[in-house]
Amino acid sequence: MPRARRPAQPGRVVLTIVASLVFAFLMLPLVVVFPISVSSAAYLQFPPPGFSWQWYERFLDDPTWVESAIRSFKVALLCTALSMGLGVPLSFALVRSRLWGMRLADKLVAAPIIVPNIILSIAIYSLFSRLQLIGAWYGIAVAHTILALPFVVILVSAGLRTFDEAQEQAAMGLGASWGVAVWRITLPQLRPSLIAAGFLAFVTSFDELVIAMFLSGASMTLPKKMFDNIMLEIDPTIAAVSVMQIVLACICLGAAALFGRGVVPGAATK
Amino acid sequence: MAHASARRDPARARERTLLALAAPALIVLAVLFVWPLIRLLSMSVEGGTLAQFEKAALDELYVAVLWDSLEIALIVTVICLVLAYPVAMWIVQAGRLGFILGMFFLLLPFWTSVLVRTYAWMVLLGRNGIINRMLRDWGWIEFPLPLLHNLLGVLIGIVHVMLPYMVIPIYAALLRIDPDLKRAAEGLGAPAWRTFLRVTLPLSLPGVFAGSALVFVITLGFFITPALLGGGRVVMIATLIEQQVREFLDWNFAAALATVLLVVTLAIYALLGRLTGGQGHAAR
Amino acid sequence: MDLTLRGVVRRFGAVTALAGVDLNVAEGELLTILGPSGSGKTTLLKIVAGFEFPDEGSVRLGATDVTMSPPRSRDVGMVFQNYALFPHLTVAQNVSFPLEMRHVPKAERQRRVAEALALVELAEYGERLPRQLSGGQQQRVALARAIVFNPRLLLLDEPFGALDRKLREVMQLEVRRLQRRLKLTTLFITHDQEEALILSDRIAVMNAGRIEQIGLPGDVYARPTTRFVADFVGESNLLEGTLLDAGAAEVPRFGRVALAADGAQPGTRATLLVRPEALRVGADAAGLANRATGRIVETVFLGLSVKLRMALEGGLELLARLPLRPSEPLPVAEGEEVPIGFSPEDVHVIAHGAR
Repeated sequence: MPRARRPAQPGRVVLTIVASLVFAFLMLPLVVVFPISVSSAAYLQFPPPGFSWQWYERFLDDPTWVESAIRSFKVALLCTALSMGLGVPLSFALVRSRLWGMRLADKLVAAPIIVPNIILSIAIYSLFSRLQLIGAWYGIAVAHTILALPFVVILVSAGLRTFDEAQEQAAMGLGASWGVAVWRITLPQLRPSLIAAGFLAFVTSFDELVIAMFLSGASMTLPKKMFDNIMLEIDPTIAAVSVMQIVLACICLGAAALFGRGVVPGAATK
Repeated sequence: MAHASARRDPARARERTLLALAAPALIVLAVLFVWPLIRLLSMSVEGGTLAQFEKAALDELYVAVLWDSLEIALIVTVICLVLAYPVAMWIVQAGRLGFILGMFFLLLPFWTSVLVRTYAWMVLLGRNGIINRMLRDWGWIEFPLPLLHNLLGVLIGIVHVMLPYMVIPIYAALLRIDPDLKRAAEGLGAPAWRTFLRVTLPLSLPGVFAGSALVFVITLGFFITPALLGGGRVVMIATLIEQQVREFLDWNFAAALATVLLVVTLAIYALLGRLTGGQGHAAR
Repeated sequence: MDLTLRGVVRRFGAVTALAGVDLNVAEGELLTILGPSGSGKTTLLKIVAGFEFPDEGSVRLGATDVTMSPPRSRDVGMVFQNYALFPHLTVAQNVSFPLEMRHVPKAERQRRVAEALALVELAEYGERLPRQLSGGQQQRVALARAIVFNPRLLLLDEPFGALDRKLREVMQLEVRRLQRRLKLTTLFITHDQEEALILSDRIAVMNAGRIEQIGLPGDVYARPTTRFVADFVGESNLLEGTLLDAGAAEVPRFGRVALAADGAQPGTRATLLVRPEALRVGADAAGLANRATGRIVETVFLGLSVKLRMALEGGLELLARLPLRPSEPLPVAEGEEVPIGFSPEDVHVIAHGAR
């Protein structure tokens, strides 16, 4: 590194200070819920007067909380399966096809990132109420698939672009059909991208609120239940739920970073 | 003959297979994305009149909210840009450990639910929130500062959500700049700040534009954060649309507002996309 | 098993990649397709492997017509340009892959993998991953993987391109030995004429979608039938001229060139090929039938020989290659005017219109 032999630069010091402040700003709200979640006080008090697991117990004792958490897990799992099942084959087509229409399809897949969630939500709400899908957990999962699909396609396509297609040809030359070649040769090598995509799809669905607000009806997902509670009263149960969500995000991110690729952009070049 | 030669052409067979792979996803997108959107948008002109748009345009409230939303999106974009650029530069220059740390700090919030983060800000910024309490306990202030249920609270919440969207494109653009270029500029005697202005900054502009486009457009449609942190005093257009549907059941008017928001969103995104000069695509 | 191509044509839109190729590779023979990029040799390879299908013509392996068969039913072993080893599989798993695809029972698979690895002297390396091997070792794995299932035909697609020069020579000889020993019918694709001359039983030179000449390496080198072959295979001096009566030709800016044999019609336009090593320089040139004086423009030291670029009075440029003995100084210097000459026997005549 040529940096090393240069004397300390004032520019770098300023950069480091700004970056540290921004990182502190980013972490502050994530860190702050931890002490609150184990507070012995019913009201927000900081620093907490004492330690207690009571808010976690309250979460576990309240069937509506637990049910909504389980529902969210089911929704997120189905959404992950659907968005992977649809997104991985689509990525092959987007990366490899030379058809003119695929450029359009590329834009179409990415569009849900840009289109405001509220518009998408009421559009699907209107359709699903006609189909009487409101309140069905799988309806939410299907709707979440639209949101998760772009992330899956972006990550898997990126992985696929760096994959040498000659490998597939070699496998076919050695006696494999195309399907077997993809299964045995291509997909194992895409595994990092697939893992990252799967976790991101899961988290996208698990955390999603706006669509769930409209579609969940009486059977709430975890974010919807949290939202309602926040609107009613801020009690530390929500902090406990938040801590669990942050821990879950940590686990997903950690697993994706450890076994995956692409979640951490540019990691390969470092 | 035409049929026979089509059967013989592996390139065509390949395209057919790829099309078949794309088909399920494209059908799902058509049924659950394109079709519902068209249905919704067409509600805005139900009865063949533009009356809903007229209503939106003539009512000062809606026009004002749209302007406010654009203003908030602009402010958020500028703040994010100012904060994100140094962070991106720092990560590019930092060693391996700095890179891992930086990505962790950026991605953990990104992977954490917006709702959790918004709730945390409420806890931090409220009248009796942690910040006000601590400041009061230390005797720095007598009365709680108005941090929540106003523009400031909304801005803090949205900037927190949008920062990673700005840092990552800029980081990617900076990473693509050939370090030899900078070394060359410095070797020619250019001071660091001139190298930055003449080499680094111009070459990173595609990332800046890409990040700005994303941040601006996503902010414009924000719903949860303003609803919770704005406390009813900061209203963005998404909130209005939700209100029309949930409270007034006025689907046609909601559809008109949605149409306006969507058109503005796509127009701005297309415009900023132009500025990146299609580099986003070339880079792939 | 022998390979036979009949009238193979392949077009891509307006571009004709293969304009009617006939070819027969005899059982156990190593035939090289030699051509520059864009000559159609890669398309030909893909058609033989089954990655492409011809618009016209047929491909037969032994008695079987495989023209339209998918790659997996052809039993063709192939070594790819960059080996295309599967990076996530071990060496043994790589070699085992074609056997698994053929549903060979596990015990036999292990035995044959071990055999194949022993054959390429990598018996100890089965558990390694490809990236833990050197380039030459990777090449051997690719070779083992291509032959482990006793293919009917072995295809080598520029397999030595990624190796450095020394290793390349070693691997070339090794492939040659293995091919002989296993009596594998082999089609070898390359743009490297030197490699083709070293390895092949026969060479087919391709240009613009056609086979220009097919024959023994010595024949292709010494008696090219077209100007393209003369130019592409080996280094050459090509003199454009017109045949005269009585064993001679008229070359503009050079003069009369004496030829060893005539036979072609007087007045026919022809290309005269003189290999650089046939050109004599200095005292050696004395007494030869064809002589001129040239100024040495450039000397390139090549170790065992020196290459001279010489400008003749008329403006023609000729290449000569003189053998060198170690410890002897270069016999000539740049800028020097020297007599040059070549004997009629060393002139090969390519009469035009005689494709």
